[in-house]
Amino acid sequence: MSKITLKVNGSTHALDIEPATPLLYILRNDLGLQGPRFGCGLGQCGACTVIINGAAVRSCILPASSVKSEITTLEGLSSNGKLHPLQQAWIDEQVPQCGFCQNGQIMTAKALLDKNPHPTDAQIRETMNTTLCRCMTYYRVQTAIKRAAKTVADAESIPAKEVVA
Amino acid sequence: MSASSGIPKQVEELLTTHRRSFLKTAGLLLVSFTARADAPTQADPAVPYPDPDFRQLDSWIVIHDDNTATFYVGKTDCGQGTGTSFRQLMSDELDIAFNRTTCIMGSTDNTVDQGGSGGSTAMERDSWPMRRAAAEARRALLEMASTRLAAPVDQLAVSNGVISVAASPSKRVTYGELIAGKKFNVALTGPNVNAVTGLAKVKSVQELKSTGQSPQRDDIPAKVDGSLKWAVDVKLPGMVHARNVKPPFACAKLTGIDEASIRSLPGFIKIVSKGNYVAVVCEREEQAIRAARQLKTTWEKRATAPFPASEKLFDYMRAATPTSAANPVVSGNPDAAFASAAKIVEAEYEVPFQGHTAFAGAHATADPSNGQMTVYSNDMKSYGMRNGIATFLGMPREKVRVVWMQGPQGYGRTAADDAGCEAAWIAREIGRPVRVQWMRDEETAWDTKGPAFLVKIRGGLDAAGRLVAYDYHARSCDYNHVGYNEPDTVLIAQLMGSRRARPATGSSATPSEMYAIPNRRMVGEVVGLPMVWETPLRTGNLRDPNGPQSTFAAESFIDELAAAAKTDPLEFRMKLLKGATNDDAGFRRARSIAVFDAVAKAYGWDPRPSPKAPEKGTIATGRGIAYSFRGQTVVAQIADVEVNRQTGHVWAKRLVCAHDCGLVVNPQSLHRTLECAMLHGLSRAIHEEVRFDTEKITSVDWMSHPTLRHADTPERIDIVLVNGDPNPNRPDLPPYGAGEAALKPMLAAIANAIYDATGVRIRRVPFRDDRVLAALKAARG
Repeated sequence: MSKITLKVNGSTHALDIEPATPLLYILRNDLGLQGPRFGCGLGQCGACTVIINGAAVRSCILPASSVKSEITTLEGLSSNGKLHPLQQAWIDEQVPQCGFCQNGQIMTAKALLDKNPHPTDAQIRETMNTTLCRCMTYYRVQTAIKRAAKTVADAESIPAKEVVA
Repeated sequence: MSASSGIPKQVEELLTTHRRSFLKTAGLLLVSFTARADAPTQADPAVPYPDPDFRQLDSWIVIHDDNTATFYVGKTDCGQGTGTSFRQLMSDELDIAFNRTTCIMGSTDNTVDQGGSGGSTAMERDSWPMRRAAAEARRALLEMASTRLAAPVDQLAVSNGVISVAASPSKRVTYGELIAGKKFNVALTGPNVNAVTGLAKVKSVQELKSTGQSPQRDDIPAKVDGSLKWAVDVKLPGMVHARNVKPPFACAKLTGIDEASIRSLPGFIKIVSKGNYVAVVCEREEQAIRAARQLKTTWEKRATAPFPASEKLFDYMRAATPTSAANPVVSGNPDAAFASAAKIVEAEYEVPFQGHTAFAGAHATADPSNGQMTVYSNDMKSYGMRNGIATFLGMPREKVRVVWMQGPQGYGRTAADDAGCEAAWIAREIGRPVRVQWMRDEETAWDTKGPAFLVKIRGGLDAAGRLVAYDYHARSCDYNHVGYNEPDTVLIAQLMGSRRARPATGSSATPSEMYAIPNRRMVGEVVGLPMVWETPLRTGNLRDPNGPQSTFAAESFIDELAAAAKTDPLEFRMKLLKGATNDDAGFRRARSIAVFDAVAKAYGWDPRPSPKAPEKGTIATGRGIAYSFRGQTVVAQIADVEVNRQTGHVWAKRLVCAHDCGLVVNPQSLHRTLECAMLHGLSRAIHEEVRFDTEKITSVDWMSHPTLRHADTPERIDIVLVNGDPNPNRPDLPPYGAGEAALKPMLAAIANAIYDATGVRIRRVPFRDDRVLAALKAARG
């Protein structure tokens, strides 16, 4: 066992764990953050995705003790009770079927938009390609990502207009 | 009761409404479950778990004092939004606004037994008793209001849960004021839950308000903000974790367990085993995973191979002796028609085993407190699971309940059935709550499979190119097909030695179309593998069982006939549909013609025979059309594909679907369901195949068992909801099923498009790059 500190969604947690324990089980079973889920345990499907240093990371194969930077989970996307534009787009487009994979879809899309606010269709397909969905919501996920990108772009253009006015 | 409160709705109801005492069949409110680990645990003296009485109105509807209503239905929602649609229909019948209602689903001691989900029956069959119950509640409330307001019922008006005197609207009373906190105590009648009814009549389609609108699905917000508690999220005081140790090959006999190989691992509690079933229990989840992987076990192989390798499967099926006698369905005189035909076309089609391969491994959590058993599961048939587990454990069923919670996609008989019995058995063995989950390799290898199909079809054209003779012969590898939650065929029972004296016969399938062919013979046979017990190659229902397989063959073959007749494939089909005028009560012939018209219009179809004139360049483009019905739901689809001649890669660039499932309750939710069902069909067309050697399945993860990905997604999907009733004398077209039909024609539509693009016919599913490339090369010579 070893003592580690994890910062997740703005809170700091001191834990005593087996160092090799994948981050996923710590988040889900010790910290009660169940947005990330077990899908394959092999880093192949994306169900367990969290964001660390701006990158979408597969927490099922990441030793918790190796994480030094802050972790953001699905639960940490909303701020002040307001959903992230991606989450809102997911509701507006009615994306999920069963919804089990959608943590991975949303978190991977978040990392994409943070780096590239105006992705092309090809960039969306390429970045999202290793995030799987067995209900096959892909078409709607891609539509929702474009919708969220537009929402963010529109929101950012508002202050400029106010200056002109 | 917001959808995003974080507590499963049915559990929140338990916590807030004294549901069990309300149902009268039990005494005090007793809660043993909490989704929050920090909540206090409560003692749970054993009382029988009730069967909510479907003949009591109170089992279906509760009106609260804030003039809201909760509907209790015996269904589960596998992600198609059925719960929202039930609310729309029931709120319409009750005359209360949709947003003043909630719907609780599928937990055996809370909701009447409607069997859970399956067979696309949610709207078609199971919404009717819900509607009748809601209509009866409205009638009962009007009677109460009549007394309260001292006015006859026929002089009362109802709007959004408020009853007023029509001539004097200030005289009013709300539903909540009439009944809150009390029971209806109204008995319903009917021989079974599907037929149950009160005195009130349901409304006509024209009177429905919310029905036909698209309120957003109530389950989605909590699915995107991380607050929903799924079946995988259940945490109970004292709960431990288990993982299975599966046999390394089919039909293996366990000869030894070396407990010393894991005894000193952290968190180790116990190895539980009986017969060939082995599981490891540890304090923590990751400890159980590690211990199950590290446990040393020894196994003995059977003398004979349990099955042929996947590349030999169809040779095996061709040579196998059917397990039951075929009963040909014959009309006209096929032999004579073939003898006089101007041209005979013959082809054989192969569809491999395809799995559920649920997105997450099968799972369940079981709590054995007080000599009872509560199982938290996403199984779509929670009621069957309750009965199956009770029988499997030899417990009285009133001591067993299943709490249904959301989970990864459930399109039939998934391994969730197996995990439920495993969790319950282990929980009883160790006397503690336990959570079980299958790992990826277990799920992909050991879940139930849709049966492999071998279909041989012959067709005879006359001199004018008309189809005059048709001979269809299907063989499915489906012997010992496992049913839902069967205590003697569930995997743990098999591994513990359970055998049925007479394995299930399984089933084959004949085409689902309305073509008028004067002389037909159709045969569906079943064959079995050498070993049918304790094998990962076990078949069970998978979304539209047998439909995609038989439709792939039948609709590919119709395309081959159209090409042989040098006729446009849509025109060829339309002639067959219009070759007869008889129709059934659901107007399936007329509606088949209507979906073809609609899909052709939406696509912009210009008539020409397939294949199209050869194109130069790497990418060949083509279009394919296919159609089928499932029950009374009819669907026609067109696919545009690009075929890369150098790699064999197939991309479906555009998909168009015309779909008629009668009355549409929620168009947007139906649209999404169809979109995803079409892509499920596309995944099965180009990717999915269970592969195996002669002793084990070698498809064990997403690399060895590919599925559709983002890059495969079409650029454009068009969906037309046709829903036209051709009979002007019948105003109400009822709702039909919609969860499965849109998958059915897709495999053939893609195959037909590949042919149109390249002139090469692929008769083997899936159309993987290597297979398509080999076929293109073979055609070039």
